[in-house]
Amino acid sequence: MAVHVQEYLRLDKMPHIWCPGCGTGIVDGALVRAIGNLGYNRDNVMVITGIGCSARSNAILDFNTFQTTHGRALSFATGFKLARPEMKVIVITGDGDGSGIGGNHLIHTARRNIDITTILINNSIYGMTGGQYSPLTPTGSFATTAPYGTVEDTFDVCKLVEAAGATYVARSTAYHVTLLEQLITSALEHKGFSFVEAITQCPIGYGRRNKMKTPTEMLKWQKDHAVNIKAASRLSEEQLEGKFLIGEFVVKNKAEYTEKYNKLKEEAKKEGDFNGKI
Amino acid sequence: MSKFNFIINKKWCKTCKICVDFCPKNVLFLDENNKVEVRNIDDCTGCMMCEYRCPDYAIKVEVNE
Repeated sequence: MAVHVQEYLRLDKMPHIWCPGCGTGIVDGALVRAIGNLGYNRDNVMVITGIGCSARSNAILDFNTFQTTHGRALSFATGFKLARPEMKVIVITGDGDGSGIGGNHLIHTARRNIDITTILINNSIYGMTGGQYSPLTPTGSFATTAPYGTVEDTFDVCKLVEAAGATYVARSTAYHVTLLEQLITSALEHKGFSFVEAITQCPIGYGRRNKMKTPTEMLKWQKDHAVNIKAASRLSEEQLEGKFLIGEFVVKNKAEYTEKYNKLKEEAKKEGDFNGKI
Repeated sequence: MSKFNFIINKKWCKTCKICVDFCPKNVLFLDENNKVEVRNIDDCTGCMMCEYRCPDYAIKVEVNE
């Protein structure tokens, strides 16, 4: 039985506020189909977001939702997961929200390996606040705060969270929507900190300033520049120049934070007397 | 009769044209208001890419039993 996104939407909030051709809706659609196909009870799903275009997802998604402060969605999610470890906690964040404003929270949540699924919607720009460049805006691109092009290098955010200790790391694009749905499904089923970067298009805030005026041109750019990690080993360095990899980068098992924390709590309770220790 | 049935929600369509440009069989077109419209429904192979790539959830493709 195919799942249609409409079954999981707050219909009174539709049509949503995103610009025509915005990729955020495509990523949310993939997330909803993944949740629907896994058969999760929607009352057991918690979607936490920060601020920005990506954060508007919680207005339309009919799960438990919570909009927090800029960049701090992962911190709120950590607290929520510790209080209710049986719930499925999903954080939807953007490139500015997740890697810029909340970069520190991102690496420390990854370090703890807490069972949270993070979807970072990378549209290369701070869209909602007016098109400022973010840590993931490609070098040389134009933005309202970079009228002559940005000179800064970017993060490889997948490598960043991998180095910080995430146990599931993957990347896809809005064009590769079937792969995106598969990766989100694996991330939701993974025990530990799982991270999926979804490269999307922002035709209004980013595309118009960077010679890609239509959503179609931006999706074609994703198609032409993405290389599946399975095919990458057969390609030379010159062929990979200017391209980015998609697919599953890291899948490993490591002790999960809430389990470790609760075990410690039980042991401390058994001993009963804290006087000698504190 | 086609194997597939399209339910188009024109109120939600924001005329971004992604579905039309990436349809492999040229099933979809734009109407006079630049909103999505189904014309060659018999050519549809049911790849679902228009439904999956629609950012506004305006397209629903159903398989006729």
